[in-house]
Amino acid sequence: MKEITVKAENLTKHFPIKRGFFKTLLSKENPVVHAVDDVSFEIEKEEIFGVVGESGCGKTTTGRLLLRLIDPTSGKIFFKGKDITNIADAELRKLRRKLQVIFQDPYESLNPRMSIYDIVSEPLHVQKAAKSLEEIKDRVSKVMEDMDLIPPDEYLYRFPHELSGGQRQRVAIARAFILQPEFVVADEPVSMLDASIRSEVAKLILSLVEKFHISFLYITHDIALSRYMCNRIAVMYLGKMVEKGLTDDVIQNPFHPYTEALIAAVPVPDPTARRTEIVLKGEIPSAVNPPSGCRFHTRCSYAQEICKKKEPQLVESGKNRYVACHFPLGK
Amino acid sequence: MYYLTLRGWVKAVDDVSFTLDKGDSLGLAGESGCGKTSAALCVLRLLPRNGKIFGGNINFEGQDILKLPDAKLRREIRWKMVSTIFQGAMNALHPTTKVGEQITESILAHERVSKKEARKRAENLLDLVGIGASRIDRYPHELSGGLKQRVMIAMSLACNPHLVIADEPTTALDVIIEAQVLKVMKELQHKLNLSMILISHDLSMIAETCNKIAIMYAGKIVEQGPVTSIYKEPLHPYTQKLVSAFPSIIGPKKELSSIHGFPPDLLDPPPGCRFHPRCNYAMEICRKEVPPTVNVGTENHSVACYLVGGKS
Repeated sequence: MKEITVKAENLTKHFPIKRGFFKTLLSKENPVVHAVDDVSFEIEKEEIFGVVGESGCGKTTTGRLLLRLIDPTSGKIFFKGKDITNIADAELRKLRRKLQVIFQDPYESLNPRMSIYDIVSEPLHVQKAAKSLEEIKDRVSKVMEDMDLIPPDEYLYRFPHELSGGQRQRVAIARAFILQPEFVVADEPVSMLDASIRSEVAKLILSLVEKFHISFLYITHDIALSRYMCNRIAVMYLGKMVEKGLTDDVIQNPFHPYTEALIAAVPVPDPTARRTEIVLKGEIPSAVNPPSGCRFHTRCSYAQEICKKKEPQLVESGKNRYVACHFPLGK
Repeated sequence: MYYLTLRGWVKAVDDVSFTLDKGDSLGLAGESGCGKTSAALCVLRLLPRNGKIFGGNINFEGQDILKLPDAKLRREIRWKMVSTIFQGAMNALHPTTKVGEQITESILAHERVSKKEARKRAENLLDLVGIGASRIDRYPHELSGGLKQRVMIAMSLACNPHLVIADEPTTALDVIIEAQVLKVMKELQHKLNLSMILISHDLSMIAETCNKIAIMYAGKIVEQGPVTSIYKEPLHPYTQKLVSAFPSIIGPKKELSSIHGFPPDLLDPPPGCRFHPRCNYAMEICRKEVPPTVNVGTENHSVACYLVGGKS
């Protein structure tokens, strides 16, 4: 068993809904959005762990929880065996050096008024991680080279608007990697990029994970690409983890009906391919009042009486394979 | 078609030709900034003020759209014959007008029918796209993204057009909703025998929806033909790279290809073949002369590349 870098235990996040003063007085219970509900997983060293699902399923919230950007309602987060759920601010600030994030949209995540040099070196200033100006310059150049932005001098004194989407995302990745983190959360890092550039940035991420031996949480809705990126994936639906396992196992042989539908919905770049057509009816229900029992039962074609009443737990069903369903497929 | 900018003319669409038969669906594919939207906007002469069409003709059912007077184009062609589904349908609907009214508005603008009849037709249209006539008095914010997109589709069909231009109809939608919307579009296309131009950067989506495809690069169509032959046998190096850059969820895992470099600046496109700076097979002639478009095979498959032109 490999070393576990990050571990989440029964992680839950409910966002309260703001209401008027009188409504708050009149009703006893405050409604909440069940963004993430009782999610557990662990990420090993040098592993890319993918979280896939539709928008609003809680995948981004999960990533932000792990980085302690928001506080969980309940549950625990461990980083290298240490509980970081309730550590003090000062300690957390030190820890941030090891935890980094890459955002989805490189057109919005880079400050348009800062030069590339300022953007990439900012983490060093914030963390006071470099001793001299020389060291900062060296480290910035080095990380730019790691990102294939060669020669660095050609890019360092430009501004984000002078770069293309792919180059911008590389700058965003450089900013995340300059502090030599041990755990990086990437929230849809390539979904805004064009196809020809997308695979290039995806390959860059793969090589970086290998080179720097880090753990990586890859949040995406693109299952087809996650097949190339991730060692293991977890499928989320309405705040719940419905399936978890090795990427190839999950994609080739999905156990949960939702996973099956999600995979069937992905268009295939081959006009002659015939595939099973499962088009789910309706849309993802509201996370304020999630359906009782299995949250997927309202859209599931295999749903039976028990699915409405009893909530299935995420149980082991095979090697490294977990599914939360009363009637798992493929058995 | 060029755009005038402060830095000069941007050659957004350059010498592009395609034909579309009745009932055909053509996918225009390419990276962002390759001119696919501009090419489609030309068909309706919906260009922004700084855009100018310098030459060529657009023949729609026997009429040259470029020569029609504005009023005639507006009354008889736009929306009545050719309608569009715009990119980002989420924001294309008027936020303070009920969806039913938005649909009837376009019917009333083009046809002499009573308000009552127009409303009846709007109800039918909403049924047709699977929203249900009961939602006719909803405001856009009460509908989800997928439903708004369907309203846009219903609206585009309001005057029984012969051609629908769909510009990235499913961006910003989730995969499952995207599959639902595409299914509706495909069904309607067959049912109403529509012609369709689907603009998208997503080759997988075009593969599933269209029967013809044209690949654009830097303002030019580099390859076009039936979807199956382009996927089976891409001839242009750019198409080859693009096809293999898409990950597939089925079949064996293939190495994903990527194209080094960046698309060229259309203010000053490279001479000769516009793809040559990024092409692995670039020859001397590619740097100097623009490759002619040649037909290969029998099925209207054509390609603009010296690699292919030399052989056939």
